Amino acid sequence: MPRILIVEDDSIVRQAVRLGLRHQGHEVVAVETGEEGLEQLRAVRPDVVVLDLMLPGMSGLDVCRRMRERDQVPIIMVTARGDDIDVVLGLETGADDYVVKPVQARVLDARIRAVLRRQDASLPDGARPRPETHGDLVVDRAGLEVTHRGEPVTLAPSELRLLLTLSASPGQVFSRQQLLEAVWEHGYHGDIRLVDACVKRLRNKLGEGRNPRYVQTVRGFGYRFGTGRA
Amino acid sequence: MNGDPTAEPRNTPEPRTTQEPRTTPDPAPLSAPRRLFRAVVSRVPLPLRGLRSRLLISFVLVAMASSLGTGALAFREARTGVLQQSQDSVINRFRTSVEAVAPAVPHTPAASDLQWAVNQVILANRMSGWRVMATYGDRRAFAPTPRFTQPSPEMLRSVRTRRAAVFQRVNVDGSPRLLVGMPVTYTTDEYQVQRLSGVVMFLEVPQTAEQGYVEAMVSGIERATLVALCLAVVLALLAASGVLRPVRALRGATRKMAAGRLDVRLKVTGSDELADLSRSFNETAAELERTVAELRRLEARGRRFVADVSHELRTPLAAMTAVTDVLDQRVEGETGEALRLVSEGTQRLSVLVEDLMEISRFDAGAARLNRDDIDLAESVRRTVASRWRPEEVELRLPAPGELRGRVDPRRLDVVTANLVGNALRHGEPPVRVTLEARDGFAVLEVTDNGPGIAEEVLPHIFERFYKASTSRTRSGNGGGDGDSSGLGLAITAENVRLHGGRIHAANRPGGGAVLTVELPLDMDDEGGAE
Repeated sequence: MPRILIVEDDSIVRQAVRLGLRHQGHEVVAVETGEEGLEQLRAVRPDVVVLDLMLPGMSGLDVCRRMRERDQVPIIMVTARGDDIDVVLGLETGADDYVVKPVQARVLDARIRAVLRRQDASLPDGARPRPETHGDLVVDRAGLEVTHRGEPVTLAPSELRLLLTLSASPGQVFSRQQLLEAVWEHGYHGDIRLVDACVKRLRNKLGEGRNPRYVQTVRGFGYRFGTGRA
Repeated sequence: MNGDPTAEPRNTPEPRTTQEPRTTPDPAPLSAPRRLFRAVVSRVPLPLRGLRSRLLISFVLVAMASSLGTGALAFREARTGVLQQSQDSVINRFRTSVEAVAPAVPHTPAASDLQWAVNQVILANRMSGWRVMATYGDRRAFAPTPRFTQPSPEMLRSVRTRRAAVFQRVNVDGSPRLLVGMPVTYTTDEYQVQRLSGVVMFLEVPQTAEQGYVEAMVSGIERATLVALCLAVVLALLAASGVLRPVRALRGATRKMAAGRLDVRLKVTGSDELADLSRSFNETAAELERTVAELRRLEARGRRFVADVSHELRTPLAAMTAVTDVLDQRVEGETGEALRLVSEGTQRLSVLVEDLMEISRFDAGAARLNRDDIDLAESVRRTVASRWRPEEVELRLPAPGELRGRVDPRRLDVVTANLVGNALRHGEPPVRVTLEARDGFAVLEVTDNGPGIAEEVLPHIFERFYKASTSRTRSGNGGGDGDSSGLGLAITAENVRLHGGRIHAANRPGGGAVLTVELPLDMDDEGGAE
């Protein structure tokens, strides 16, 4: 049973979301403030964090950043729609996905399950292939480990899944819509900023500069995985 | 116009009858000459009808009239004076000379006597250009040469019968000459009576000097007129620019104001009528600016209020929405019915609040495009496939990869979904959706089979909540899609506009409504991904 940590300041919403998610079969811990959320992260060891961005005291964005510093736990932000800048900042800070308030428990549950599947080791091809080497990058699909120049790279679930998806077919161009469906399990018309923000984070972690070697932009079409040579 | 009181009443157009077109079939709004005048004036090009040219023409006319009038009067007086004076002096000198020789001329002079007399006269008046002739009966004597202009018969008759000197102006070969005839008289000692001797002395004097004076005067007047004209033109231009500068400033300010720049003000100089006009323009502009600012403030407050209310509604709504799934369990009886209604109402409320928030964002200018290059046909196909059954919507789309555009995929989804949802609510399925490229635009057309849109509703269907206030209302049982907030088409239109596109609604000749969206395909790179 997945364990969810909810950070939400409004008590009635907090109770309702807890009720809704329990009803969907999750184990739920709900806290009121970002500080509490950070405290509980160790103790609860949640599978997913559902984080409201509008928090009194420490802001949702700060909480998100602090959580990412110590953990790669999947984070789903809850935003008021229209806080466009918050969405972008939240995604760049490391959130894996976001939902817009008000959200049905069913929808939130679907997102939670999708983000959990991102960590799932069993890939569609099923086989357990040997680690692949792309230039300085080694991708171990079986162990879900990535090393760059011998150093392990810690990737959040979306980043990892994005890298695995792209590197599965080097050279093939993926449209943002394809990636939204493959990585985030969103519909065709999901928010492409999810893809762009995730690409940005992934490139940062792989130490890519102006001319990315691994995650390359194909103008007008989308992204493709380079062979590791710039 | 027709002031004759005895005229027949039928012919007298009374004001009362002109208001009844049946009794007076042709009430002319303008009299014929006025119409003609207007017609002529309207043909004159604007620069000639303008203030500047009118002032110029008036000034020139006034200057010409005054200088020519003055000149003509002065010329007439001066000319008369000059001629009179020279004539008088010539006649006096001639008389003196004649009187000096007269006593020496015998009563019946011989030709030699006459010749001597004329020679004496010439001798006394050398350097004058005189020609002298003496006559006595048929005898003639000339000096200095025998050339002499023949005096007119009237003159001859006059000098032979009267004792007074007679003069005549003649023109010989273009040069004006004065002919003077002077009868020589003698005095009888007893009665001191002047008697005609029968001898007549004639004098011919060229008047070129006088002609020269007159010509100089004419050319002087001409020059004065020319100077006056130049002066008039300069003055007219100065006056025109003095009048035109404020007028032009006023015109510029009015245009700027019409273009929405309400902070425009005129610089007021002087204290004439134009300054007064500028001042009242400034006052009007200030008042207008104040009113508009007030209206904007009120409008902004109204919008802010809507945004705030929607925002506040969202928190309780978030709680309700989160638990609707719990309510959707199968519960029998009235409780189950109530739960179902609460759940449905919550869903609809949440759509409404979301739409209000979206509209508020458009109003606040906070809506942003996240453009991406996508296959437009694929987008439309996905939108329809994710919401409706294939038999409900008939798609006519370009082949994959044929029509790509740089749009915000989420907003295009909203546009397509709203149009198709709207068409399905108001018409029978299937709804037809076509997409094609036309003149640099991606044209999306959604056609339904319904009764069409009433003509009076047509201009309003993209207005907010308009649908709710007409008979063409939402389907009574809520429908399946639940996006009938009354804001759907307004949001659609805003989304299209945000893309720089156009949207319009029309009725097909065969019945049914067509909603058309045109999105520009050659968008500049801005915003969007990467």
